[in-house]
Amino acid sequence: MKQSQLQQTLGLNTLRFFVLLVLLFLGIILWEIFSKGAGVIGFPFLFDYPHKGMMEGGIFPTIMGTVFVTMVTTVFAIPLGIATAIYLSEYAASNGVNRLIRASIRNLAGVPSIIYGLFGVALFVEGLGFGVSVLSAGFTLGLLTLPYIITTTEEALKNVPQSYREGALALGATKWEAIYSNVLPSAVSGIVTGSILGLSRAAGETAPILFTGVAFYLRYLPSSVNDSFMAMPYHLYILSTQHHAIEEVRPLAYGTALVLISVVFVLNIIAFIIRYRYRNYNQARV
Amino acid sequence: MKTKLQVKDLRLSYGSKEVLKGINMEIPENQIVALIGPSGCGKSTLLRAMNRMHDLSPDAHVKGEILLDGDNIYARGKDAVDIRRKIGMVFQKPNPFPKSIFDNIAYGLKIAGQHDKKQLHEVVERTLKGSYLWEEVKDDLEKSALSLSGGQQQRMCIARAIAVEPEVLLMDEPCSALDPISTAKIEDLMLKLKKDYTIVIVTHNMQQAQRVADFTAFMYFGEVIEYAPTAELFEQPKQELTRNYLDGNFG
Repeated sequence: MKQSQLQQTLGLNTLRFFVLLVLLFLGIILWEIFSKGAGVIGFPFLFDYPHKGMMEGGIFPTIMGTVFVTMVTTVFAIPLGIATAIYLSEYAASNGVNRLIRASIRNLAGVPSIIYGLFGVALFVEGLGFGVSVLSAGFTLGLLTLPYIITTTEEALKNVPQSYREGALALGATKWEAIYSNVLPSAVSGIVTGSILGLSRAAGETAPILFTGVAFYLRYLPSSVNDSFMAMPYHLYILSTQHHAIEEVRPLAYGTALVLISVVFVLNIIAFIIRYRYRNYNQARV
Repeated sequence: MKTKLQVKDLRLSYGSKEVLKGINMEIPENQIVALIGPSGCGKSTLLRAMNRMHDLSPDAHVKGEILLDGDNIYARGKDAVDIRRKIGMVFQKPNPFPKSIFDNIAYGLKIAGQHDKKQLHEVVERTLKGSYLWEEVKDDLEKSALSLSGGQQQRMCIARAIAVEPEVLLMDEPCSALDPISTAKIEDLMLKLKKDYTIVIVTHNMQQAQRVADFTAFMYFGEVIEYAPTAELFEQPKQELTRNYLDGNFG
Protein backbone atom coordinates (compact mmCIF):
# COMPACT_ATOMS: atom_id res chain seq x y z
CA MET A 1 0.00 0.00 0.00
CA LYS A 2 1.29 3.45 -0.82
CA GLN A 3 2.13 5.73 2.05
CA SER A 4 -0.57 8.28 1.18
CA GLN A 5 -3.21 5.55 1.16
CA LEU A 6 -1.94 4.24 4.48
CA GLN A 7 -2.21 7.72 5.98
CA GLN A 8 -5.72 8.03 4.61
CA THR A 9 -6.87 4.72 6.11
CA LEU A 10 -5.14 5.40 9.40
CA GLY A 11 -6.58 8.91 9.69
CA LEU A 12 -10.11 7.78 8.89
CA ASN A 13 -10.01 4.97 11.42
CA THR A 14 -8.65 7.28 14.11
CA LEU A 15 -11.57 9.62 13.53
CA ARG A 16 -13.98 6.67 13.63
CA PHE A 17 -12.48 5.56 16.93
CA PHE A 18 -12.98 9.00 18.52
CA VAL A 19 -16.57 9.20 17.32
CA LEU A 20 -17.28 5.77 18.81
CA LEU A 21 -15.59 6.79 22.05
CA VAL A 22 -17.88 9.83 22.38
CA LEU A 23 -20.95 7.74 21.54
CA LEU A 24 -19.85 5.16 24.10
CA PHE A 25 -19.74 7.72 26.93
CA LEU A 26 -23.09 9.12 25.88
CA GLY A 27 -24.52 5.63 25.75
CA ILE A 28 -23.19 4.72 29.20
CA ILE A 29 -24.74 7.85 30.74
CA LEU A 30 -28.11 7.23 29.12
CA TRP A 31 -28.06 3.54 30.02
CA GLU A 32 -27.18 4.33 33.65
CA ILE A 33 -30.04 6.77 33.98
CA PHE A 34 -32.60 4.66 32.16
CA SER A 35 -31.80 1.36 33.80
CA LYS A 36 -31.67 2.76 37.32
CA GLY A 37 -34.37 5.39 37.00
CA ALA A 38 -37.06 3.64 34.97
CA GLY A 39 -38.11 1.49 37.93
CA VAL A 40 -39.52 4.37 39.97
CA ILE A 41 -41.29 6.13 37.10
CA GLY A 42 -45.03 5.81 37.38
CA PHE A 43 -48.18 7.74 38.07
CA PRO A 44 -47.41 8.37 41.80
CA PHE A 45 -43.84 9.44 41.07
CA LEU A 46 -44.96 12.03 38.52
CA PHE A 47 -48.05 13.29 40.34
CA ASP A 48 -47.31 13.01 44.05
CA TYR A 49 -45.43 15.17 46.55
CA PRO A 50 -42.29 13.87 48.25
CA HIS A 51 -43.03 12.19 51.61
CA LYS A 52 -41.13 11.20 54.70
CA GLY A 53 -38.12 13.45 54.23
CA MET A 54 -38.08 12.72 50.51
CA MET A 55 -37.61 9.02 51.15
CA GLU A 56 -40.89 8.23 49.39
CA GLY A 57 -43.44 9.81 47.09
CA GLY A 58 -42.93 11.68 43.89
CA ILE A 59 -41.52 14.80 42.35
CA PHE A 60 -44.71 16.57 41.23
CA PRO A 61 -43.87 19.99 42.73
CA THR A 62 -40.41 19.96 41.19
CA ILE A 63 -41.86 19.30 37.73
CA MET A 64 -44.41 22.08 38.16
CA GLY A 65 -41.78 24.44 39.55
CA THR A 66 -39.51 23.88 36.58
CA VAL A 67 -42.47 24.43 34.24
CA PHE A 68 -43.49 27.70 35.99
CA VAL A 69 -40.02 29.14 36.06
CA THR A 70 -39.41 28.19 32.43
CA MET A 71 -42.64 29.97 31.49
CA VAL A 72 -41.42 33.16 33.18
CA THR A 73 -38.11 32.77 31.37
CA THR A 74 -39.95 32.35 28.07
CA VAL A 75 -42.10 35.44 28.51
CA PHE A 76 -39.10 37.50 29.56
CA ALA A 77 -36.31 36.30 27.31
CA ILE A 78 -37.95 35.46 23.99
CA PRO A 79 -39.52 38.83 23.08
CA LEU A 80 -36.48 40.69 24.39
CA GLY A 81 -34.03 38.40 22.61
CA ILE A 82 -35.84 38.44 19.29
CA ALA A 83 -36.30 42.22 19.37
CA THR A 84 -32.60 42.70 20.11
CA ALA A 85 -31.61 40.35 17.32
CA ILE A 86 -33.89 42.14 14.84
CA TYR A 87 -32.33 45.45 15.77
CA LEU A 88 -28.77 44.14 15.53
CA SER A 89 -29.33 42.30 12.28
CA GLU A 90 -31.60 44.70 10.40
CA TYR A 91 -31.13 48.18 11.78
CA ALA A 92 -27.82 48.59 13.57
CA ALA A 93 -25.10 50.17 11.47
CA SER A 94 -21.92 48.17 11.07
CA ASN A 95 -19.68 50.32 13.23
CA GLY A 96 -17.29 49.78 16.10
CA VAL A 97 -19.85 50.22 18.86
CA ASN A 98 -22.22 47.66 17.39
CA ARG A 99 -19.43 45.19 16.74
CA LEU A 100 -18.46 45.57 20.39
CA ILE A 101 -22.05 44.94 21.45
CA ARG A 102 -22.21 41.81 19.29
CA ALA A 103 -18.93 40.50 20.65
CA SER A 104 -20.09 41.15 24.21
CA ILE A 105 -23.30 39.24 23.67
CA ARG A 106 -21.39 36.27 22.26
CA ASN A 107 -19.04 36.37 25.24
CA LEU A 108 -21.96 36.48 27.68
CA ALA A 109 -22.96 33.05 26.37
CA GLY A 110 -19.76 31.72 27.88
CA VAL A 111 -20.12 33.23 31.35
CA PRO A 112 -20.46 30.50 34.02
CA SER A 113 -24.04 30.09 35.20
CA ILE A 114 -23.19 30.64 38.88
CA ILE A 115 -22.16 34.20 37.95
CA TYR A 116 -25.65 34.72 36.53
CA GLY A 117 -27.05 33.31 39.75
CA LEU A 118 -25.15 35.78 41.92
CA PHE A 119 -26.00 38.62 39.55
CA GLY A 120 -29.64 37.60 39.82
CA VAL A 121 -29.45 37.85 43.60
CA ALA A 122 -27.95 41.32 43.38
CA LEU A 123 -30.32 42.64 40.72
CA PHE A 124 -33.66 40.88 41.08
CA VAL A 125 -33.79 39.50 44.63
CA GLU A 126 -32.16 42.47 46.37
CA GLY A 127 -31.99 45.37 43.95
CA LEU A 128 -35.48 45.25 42.48
CA GLY A 129 -36.92 43.61 45.59
CA PHE A 130 -38.51 40.64 43.84
CA GLY A 131 -37.32 38.43 46.69
CA VAL A 132 -36.52 34.75 46.43
CA SER A 133 -39.22 33.89 43.91
CA VAL A 134 -40.28 32.36 40.62
CA LEU A 135 -39.95 35.84 39.12
CA SER A 136 -36.34 36.38 40.21
CA ALA A 137 -35.30 32.89 39.15
CA GLY A 138 -37.16 33.15 35.83
CA PHE A 139 -35.51 36.47 35.02
CA THR A 140 -32.10 35.17 36.00
CA LEU A 141 -32.52 32.17 33.72
CA GLY A 142 -33.78 34.62 31.10
CA LEU A 143 -30.53 36.58 31.27
CA LEU A 144 -28.64 33.33 30.91
CA THR A 145 -30.68 32.37 27.83
CA LEU A 146 -30.69 35.80 26.14
CA PRO A 147 -27.24 35.61 24.50
CA TYR A 148 -28.17 32.25 23.02
CA ILE A 149 -31.53 33.45 21.68
CA ILE A 150 -30.03 36.67 20.30
CA THR A 151 -27.18 34.89 18.56
CA THR A 152 -29.29 32.15 16.97
CA THR A 153 -32.02 34.61 15.92
CA GLU A 154 -29.48 36.95 14.38
CA GLU A 155 -27.97 34.02 12.54
CA ALA A 156 -31.41 32.99 11.24
CA LEU A 157 -32.14 36.56 10.06
CA LYS A 158 -28.77 36.81 8.34
CA ASN A 159 -29.59 33.65 6.38
CA VAL A 160 -32.69 35.21 4.81
CA PRO A 161 -31.74 36.18 1.25
CA GLN A 162 -31.25 39.92 0.76
CA SER A 163 -33.57 39.65 -2.26
CA TYR A 164 -36.57 39.11 0.07
CA ARG A 165 -35.88 42.47 1.66
CA GLU A 166 -35.13 44.35 -1.55
CA GLY A 167 -38.07 42.78 -3.35
CA ALA A 168 -40.46 43.96 -0.68
CA LEU A 169 -38.96 47.46 -0.55
CA ALA A 170 -39.19 47.77 -4.32
CA LEU A 171 -42.92 47.16 -4.02
CA GLY A 172 -43.31 50.09 -1.66
CA ALA A 173 -42.93 48.31 1.67
CA THR A 174 -41.37 50.15 4.57
CA LYS A 175 -38.38 48.54 6.18
CA TRP A 176 -40.48 47.21 9.04
CA GLU A 177 -43.13 45.82 6.65
CA ALA A 178 -40.40 44.03 4.72
CA ILE A 179 -39.01 42.55 7.93
CA TYR A 180 -42.39 41.62 9.35
CA SER A 181 -43.94 40.10 6.24
CA ASN A 182 -40.93 38.64 4.45
CA VAL A 183 -37.90 38.28 6.68
CA LEU A 184 -39.38 37.01 9.94
CA PRO A 185 -41.55 34.27 8.36
CA SER A 186 -38.50 32.94 6.53
CA ALA A 187 -36.43 32.97 9.68
CA VAL A 188 -39.07 31.60 12.02
CA SER A 189 -37.79 28.02 12.06
CA GLY A 190 -34.32 29.16 13.07
CA ILE A 191 -35.73 31.55 15.66
CA VAL A 192 -38.05 28.98 17.23
CA THR A 193 -35.50 26.19 17.33
CA GLY A 194 -32.87 28.51 18.80
CA SER A 195 -35.32 29.73 21.43
CA ILE A 196 -36.46 26.23 22.40
CA LEU A 197 -32.91 24.95 22.68
CA GLY A 198 -32.01 27.97 24.81
CA LEU A 199 -34.99 27.34 27.07
CA SER A 200 -34.24 23.65 27.36
CA ARG A 201 -30.79 24.54 28.58
CA ALA A 202 -32.28 26.99 31.08
CA ALA A 203 -34.72 24.37 32.37
CA GLY A 204 -31.83 22.12 33.38
CA GLU A 205 -29.74 24.78 35.16
CA THR A 206 -29.24 24.73 38.92
CA ALA A 207 -26.76 27.48 39.76
CA PRO A 208 -28.83 30.47 38.52
CA ILE A 209 -31.88 29.46 40.58
CA LEU A 210 -29.96 28.36 43.64
CA PHE A 211 -30.08 31.72 45.44
CA THR A 212 -32.83 33.38 43.47
CA GLY A 213 -35.91 31.23 43.88
CA VAL A 214 -35.59 27.52 44.43
CA ALA A 215 -36.55 25.89 47.73
CA PHE A 216 -35.40 22.66 49.34
CA TYR A 217 -38.89 21.43 50.15
CA LEU A 218 -42.35 22.98 49.87
CA ARG A 219 -45.73 21.49 50.72
CA TYR A 220 -47.53 23.69 48.22
CA LEU A 221 -47.10 24.72 44.64
CA PRO A 222 -46.24 28.37 44.10
CA SER A 223 -49.49 30.30 43.88
CA SER A 224 -47.94 33.40 42.31
CA VAL A 225 -44.67 34.52 40.74
CA ASN A 226 -43.64 35.92 44.14
CA ASP A 227 -43.45 32.50 45.79
CA SER A 228 -40.43 30.27 45.83
CA PHE A 229 -40.61 26.89 44.13
CA MET A 230 -39.06 23.45 43.85
CA ALA A 231 -37.24 22.49 40.67
CA MET A 232 -36.02 19.27 39.12
CA PRO A 233 -32.33 20.08 38.73
CA TYR A 234 -32.07 21.33 42.30
CA HIS A 235 -34.06 18.38 43.63
CA LEU A 236 -31.63 16.09 41.89
CA TYR A 237 -28.73 17.90 43.48
CA ILE A 238 -30.33 17.57 46.93
CA LEU A 239 -31.09 13.88 46.52
CA SER A 240 -27.62 13.03 45.32
CA THR A 241 -25.47 15.11 47.68
CA GLN A 242 -27.38 16.81 50.50
CA HIS A 243 -29.79 14.15 51.69
CA HIS A 244 -29.26 12.36 55.00
CA ALA A 245 -29.73 8.96 53.40
CA ILE A 246 -28.24 9.28 49.96
CA GLU A 247 -28.06 5.54 49.30
CA GLU A 248 -31.76 4.97 50.00
CA VAL A 249 -32.96 7.79 47.75
CA ARG A 250 -30.65 6.89 44.87
CA PRO A 251 -33.48 5.38 42.76
CA LEU A 252 -35.53 8.56 43.26
CA ALA A 253 -32.53 10.64 42.13
CA TYR A 254 -32.17 8.51 39.03
CA GLY A 255 -35.91 8.84 38.37
CA THR A 256 -35.66 12.63 38.66
CA ALA A 257 -32.72 12.68 36.28
CA LEU A 258 -34.69 10.57 33.83
CA VAL A 259 -37.69 12.91 33.92
CA LEU A 260 -35.43 15.95 33.53
CA ILE A 261 -33.58 14.64 30.50
CA SER A 262 -36.87 13.45 29.04
CA VAL A 263 -38.28 16.98 29.27
CA VAL A 264 -35.16 18.40 27.63
CA PHE A 265 -35.30 15.66 25.01
CA VAL A 266 -38.95 16.38 24.22
CA LEU A 267 -38.19 20.11 23.86
CA ASN A 268 -35.37 19.27 21.46
CA ILE A 269 -37.65 16.97 19.45
CA ILE A 270 -40.20 19.79 19.18
CA ALA A 271 -37.48 22.12 17.93
CA PHE A 272 -36.45 19.52 15.40
CA ILE A 273 -40.00 19.01 14.14
CA ILE A 274 -40.58 22.75 13.78
CA ARG A 275 -37.37 23.17 11.83
CA TYR A 276 -38.24 20.24 9.59
CA ARG A 277 -41.76 21.43 8.87
CA TYR A 278 -40.73 24.98 8.09
CA ARG A 279 -37.92 23.82 5.89
CA ASN A 280 -40.46 21.96 3.79
CA TYR A 281 -42.74 24.96 3.83
CA ASN A 282 -40.07 27.33 2.61
CA GLN A 283 -38.98 25.08 -0.16
CA ALA A 284 -40.94 24.38 -3.29
CA ARG A 285 -44.29 22.69 -2.86
CA VAL A 286 -45.03 21.14 -6.22
CA MET B 1 -41.66 63.04 -26.46
CA LYS B 2 -42.32 63.82 -22.85
CA THR B 3 -39.45 63.22 -20.45
CA LYS B 4 -40.47 60.86 -17.68
CA LEU B 5 -37.27 60.59 -15.75
CA GLN B 6 -34.44 63.07 -15.83
CA VAL B 7 -31.07 62.37 -14.28
CA LYS B 8 -29.14 65.55 -13.51
CA ASP B 9 -25.46 65.49 -12.63
CA LEU B 10 -25.87 62.38 -10.52
CA ARG B 11 -22.84 61.40 -8.48
CA LEU B 12 -22.69 58.39 -6.25
CA SER B 13 -19.84 57.22 -4.12
CA TYR B 14 -19.25 54.24 -1.88
CA GLY B 15 -17.04 55.57 0.87
CA SER B 16 -14.28 57.34 -1.02
CA LYS B 17 -14.81 55.47 -4.28
CA GLU B 18 -16.81 57.40 -6.85
CA VAL B 19 -18.98 54.95 -8.80
CA LEU B 20 -21.13 57.39 -10.79
CA LYS B 21 -19.33 60.50 -12.00
CA GLY B 22 -21.92 63.02 -13.00
CA ILE B 23 -24.62 61.27 -15.02
CA ASN B 24 -26.99 63.29 -17.19
CA MET B 25 -29.76 61.49 -18.98
CA GLU B 26 -33.34 61.98 -20.08
CA ILE B 27 -35.64 59.00 -20.21
CA PRO B 28 -38.69 59.57 -22.40
CA GLU B 29 -42.15 58.37 -21.41
CA ASN B 30 -43.43 55.03 -22.74
CA GLN B 31 -40.09 54.10 -24.21
CA ILE B 32 -37.57 51.42 -23.36
CA VAL B 33 -34.10 52.62 -22.49
CA ALA B 34 -31.25 50.10 -22.24
CA LEU B 35 -28.09 50.65 -20.20
CA ILE B 36 -25.12 48.70 -21.54
CA GLY B 37 -21.44 48.59 -20.69
CA PRO B 38 -18.77 46.35 -19.20
CA SER B 39 -19.15 44.85 -15.71
CA GLY B 40 -18.51 47.37 -12.98
CA CYS B 41 -19.26 50.39 -15.17
CA GLY B 42 -22.03 51.54 -12.85
CA LYS B 43 -25.13 50.66 -14.86
CA SER B 44 -26.80 48.65 -12.10
CA THR B 45 -25.79 51.34 -9.61
CA LEU B 46 -27.47 53.98 -11.77
CA LEU B 47 -30.59 51.84 -12.10
CA ARG B 48 -30.79 51.32 -8.35
CA ALA B 49 -30.36 55.05 -7.80
CA MET B 50 -33.55 55.58 -9.78
CA ASN B 51 -35.74 54.13 -7.04
CA ARG B 52 -33.50 54.96 -4.13
CA MET B 53 -32.45 51.40 -3.40
CA HIS B 54 -29.12 52.82 -2.23
CA ASP B 55 -30.87 54.23 0.82
CA LEU B 56 -30.26 50.77 2.27
CA SER B 57 -26.49 50.97 2.11
CA PRO B 58 -25.15 53.42 4.65
CA ASP B 59 -21.89 53.74 2.70
CA ALA B 60 -23.54 55.05 -0.45
CA HIS B 61 -23.68 58.83 -0.87
CA VAL B 62 -25.76 60.37 -3.62
CA LYS B 63 -25.39 63.88 -5.00
CA GLY B 64 -27.35 65.42 -7.84
CA GLU B 65 -30.97 64.97 -8.81
CA ILE B 66 -33.30 62.52 -10.44
CA LEU B 67 -36.56 64.12 -11.52
CA LEU B 68 -39.72 62.07 -11.92
CA ASP B 69 -42.13 64.24 -13.94
CA GLY B 70 -40.03 67.23 -12.92
CA ASP B 71 -40.05 66.35 -9.24
CA ASN B 72 -36.74 65.49 -7.55
CA ILE B 73 -36.98 62.08 -5.87
CA TYR B 74 -33.98 62.94 -3.72
CA ALA B 75 -35.50 66.18 -2.48
CA ARG B 76 -35.62 66.67 1.27
CA GLY B 77 -38.81 65.26 2.73
CA LYS B 78 -39.46 62.85 -0.15
CA ASP B 79 -40.41 59.43 1.13
CA ALA B 80 -38.53 56.58 -0.54
CA VAL B 81 -41.56 54.34 -0.01
CA ASP B 82 -43.76 56.62 -2.14
CA ILE B 83 -41.08 56.81 -4.82
CA ARG B 84 -40.80 53.03 -5.02
CA ARG B 85 -44.56 52.70 -5.51
CA LYS B 86 -44.21 54.84 -8.60
CA ILE B 87 -40.93 53.35 -9.76
CA GLY B 88 -41.01 49.56 -9.60
CA MET B 89 -38.12 47.18 -9.98
CA VAL B 90 -37.47 43.69 -11.33
CA PHE B 91 -34.24 42.12 -10.17
CA GLN B 92 -31.50 40.18 -11.87
CA LYS B 93 -32.32 36.93 -10.15
CA PRO B 94 -36.02 36.11 -9.89
CA ASN B 95 -36.90 36.75 -6.25
CA PRO B 96 -40.24 35.17 -5.47
CA PHE B 97 -41.14 35.46 -1.80
CA PRO B 98 -41.72 32.16 0.01
CA LYS B 99 -45.48 32.63 -0.24
CA SER B 100 -48.19 31.49 -2.62
CA ILE B 101 -48.32 32.91 -6.14
CA PHE B 102 -51.43 34.84 -5.18
CA ASP B 103 -49.84 36.34 -2.06
CA ASN B 104 -46.72 37.27 -4.00
CA ILE B 105 -48.67 39.33 -6.49
CA ALA B 106 -51.05 40.77 -3.92
CA TYR B 107 -48.13 41.72 -1.66
CA GLY B 108 -47.68 45.30 -2.84
CA LEU B 109 -51.41 45.97 -2.70
CA LYS B 110 -51.82 44.43 0.72
CA ILE B 111 -49.12 46.57 2.29
CA ALA B 112 -50.71 49.57 0.62
CA GLY B 113 -53.86 48.73 2.58
CA GLN B 114 -55.91 46.89 -0.05
CA HIS B 115 -57.51 43.83 1.57
CA ASP B 116 -60.67 43.38 -0.49
CA LYS B 117 -60.47 39.76 -1.67
CA LYS B 118 -62.43 40.34 -4.83
CA GLN B 119 -60.35 43.27 -5.95
CA LEU B 120 -57.10 41.47 -5.13
CA HIS B 121 -58.29 38.55 -7.22
CA GLU B 122 -59.12 40.85 -10.07
CA VAL B 123 -55.63 42.41 -9.98
CA VAL B 124 -53.87 39.05 -9.68
CA GLU B 125 -55.75 37.74 -12.70
CA ARG B 126 -55.18 40.88 -14.75
CA THR B 127 -51.45 41.15 -14.03
CA LEU B 128 -50.86 37.44 -14.60
CA LYS B 129 -52.66 37.71 -17.93
CA GLY B 130 -50.60 40.82 -18.61
CA SER B 131 -47.39 38.88 -18.04
CA TYR B 132 -48.63 35.88 -20.11
CA LEU B 133 -48.51 33.61 -17.09
CA TRP B 134 -52.20 33.19 -16.35
CA GLU B 135 -52.81 30.11 -18.49
CA GLU B 136 -49.87 28.33 -16.87
CA VAL B 137 -50.74 29.02 -13.24
CA LYS B 138 -54.45 29.81 -12.99
CA ASP B 139 -55.19 26.54 -11.16
CA ASP B 140 -52.17 26.82 -8.88
CA LEU B 141 -52.52 30.29 -7.39
CA GLU B 142 -52.31 28.88 -3.86
CA LYS B 143 -49.12 26.95 -4.58
CA SER B 144 -45.76 28.25 -3.43
CA ALA B 145 -44.22 30.63 -5.93
CA LEU B 146 -40.96 28.79 -5.38
CA SER B 147 -42.38 25.82 -7.29
CA LEU B 148 -42.42 27.79 -10.57
CA SER B 149 -39.63 27.49 -13.11
CA GLY B 150 -37.07 30.29 -13.32
CA GLY B 151 -38.71 31.90 -16.34
CA GLN B 152 -42.15 31.68 -14.75
CA GLN B 153 -40.79 33.14 -11.53
CA GLN B 154 -39.37 36.12 -13.38
CA ARG B 155 -42.67 36.73 -15.21
CA MET B 156 -44.43 36.46 -11.87
CA CYS B 157 -42.03 39.06 -10.46
CA ILE B 158 -42.94 41.35 -13.34
CA ALA B 159 -46.63 40.76 -12.63
CA ARG B 160 -45.93 41.54 -8.97
CA ALA B 161 -44.17 44.76 -9.92
CA ILE B 162 -46.96 45.98 -12.20
CA ALA B 163 -49.68 45.00 -9.70
CA VAL B 164 -48.94 48.17 -7.73
CA GLU B 165 -49.30 50.16 -10.97
CA PRO B 166 -45.99 51.99 -11.04
CA GLU B 167 -45.23 54.55 -13.73
CA VAL B 168 -41.68 53.42 -14.36
CA LEU B 169 -40.33 49.87 -14.40
CA LEU B 170 -36.64 49.30 -13.73
CA MET B 171 -35.24 45.95 -14.83
CA ASP B 172 -31.79 44.83 -13.73
CA GLU B 173 -30.62 42.18 -16.23
CA PRO B 174 -33.98 40.44 -15.92
CA CYS B 175 -33.08 37.64 -18.33
CA SER B 176 -29.52 36.85 -17.27
CA ALA B 177 -30.63 33.77 -15.33
CA LEU B 178 -33.08 32.53 -17.95
CA ASP B 179 -33.03 30.25 -20.99
CA PRO B 180 -33.62 31.66 -24.52
CA ILE B 181 -37.33 30.74 -24.64
CA SER B 182 -38.09 32.43 -21.32
CA THR B 183 -35.98 35.38 -22.45
CA ALA B 184 -38.00 35.74 -25.64
CA LYS B 185 -41.22 35.69 -23.61
CA ILE B 186 -39.98 38.43 -21.32
CA GLU B 187 -38.82 40.55 -24.23
CA ASP B 188 -42.28 40.24 -25.84
CA LEU B 189 -43.74 41.24 -22.54
CA MET B 190 -41.55 44.33 -22.28
CA LEU B 191 -42.58 45.49 -25.75
CA LYS B 192 -46.20 45.14 -24.73
CA LEU B 193 -45.72 46.83 -21.36
CA LYS B 194 -44.15 49.96 -22.81
CA LYS B 195 -47.61 51.15 -23.85
CA ASP B 196 -48.36 51.73 -20.18
CA TYR B 197 -44.96 52.05 -18.57
CA THR B 198 -41.61 53.68 -19.05
CA ILE B 199 -38.96 50.97 -18.87
CA VAL B 200 -35.27 51.17 -18.06
CA ILE B 201 -33.35 47.94 -18.51
CA VAL B 202 -29.79 47.01 -17.67
CA THR B 203 -28.48 44.30 -19.96
CA HIS B 204 -25.25 42.57 -20.86
CA ASN B 205 -26.83 41.18 -23.97
CA MET B 206 -26.39 43.56 -26.90
CA GLN B 207 -28.82 41.66 -29.11
CA GLN B 208 -31.39 42.11 -26.37
CA ALA B 209 -30.78 45.85 -26.27
CA GLN B 210 -31.21 46.00 -30.05
CA ARG B 211 -34.36 43.91 -29.95
CA VAL B 212 -36.23 45.83 -27.28
CA ALA B 213 -34.75 49.25 -26.59
CA ASP B 214 -35.74 52.52 -28.24
CA PHE B 215 -32.73 54.26 -26.75
CA THR B 216 -29.45 52.86 -25.52
CA ALA B 217 -26.85 54.36 -23.23
CA PHE B 218 -23.29 53.05 -23.21
CA MET B 219 -21.62 53.47 -19.84
CA TYR B 220 -17.97 53.16 -18.97
CA PHE B 221 -16.29 53.74 -15.61
CA GLY B 222 -19.18 55.62 -14.07
CA GLU B 223 -19.93 57.85 -17.02
CA VAL B 224 -22.42 57.79 -19.85
CA ILE B 225 -20.16 57.80 -22.90
CA GLU B 226 -22.90 57.85 -25.48
CA TYR B 227 -26.69 57.94 -25.34
CA ALA B 228 -28.65 57.72 -28.56
CA PRO B 229 -31.54 55.99 -30.33
CA THR B 230 -30.65 52.30 -30.32
CA ALA B 231 -30.19 51.85 -34.07
CA GLU B 232 -27.98 54.91 -34.24
CA LEU B 233 -25.79 53.85 -31.32
CA PHE B 234 -25.24 50.37 -32.69
CA GLU B 235 -24.79 51.33 -36.34
CA GLN B 236 -23.01 54.66 -36.18
CA PRO B 237 -21.46 55.09 -32.77
CA LYS B 238 -19.93 58.53 -32.46
CA GLN B 239 -17.47 57.73 -29.73
CA GLU B 240 -14.31 55.69 -30.10
CA LEU B 241 -14.98 53.89 -26.79
CA THR B 242 -18.47 52.84 -27.83
CA ARG B 243 -17.20 51.53 -31.14
CA ASN B 244 -14.48 49.52 -29.43
CA TYR B 245 -16.93 48.06 -26.95
CA LEU B 246 -19.45 47.10 -29.62
CA ASP B 247 -16.70 45.52 -31.72
CA GLY B 248 -15.69 43.49 -28.73
CA ASN B 249 -12.08 44.65 -28.63
CA PHE B 250 -11.75 46.01 -25.19
CA GLY B 251 -8.98 46.09 -22.67
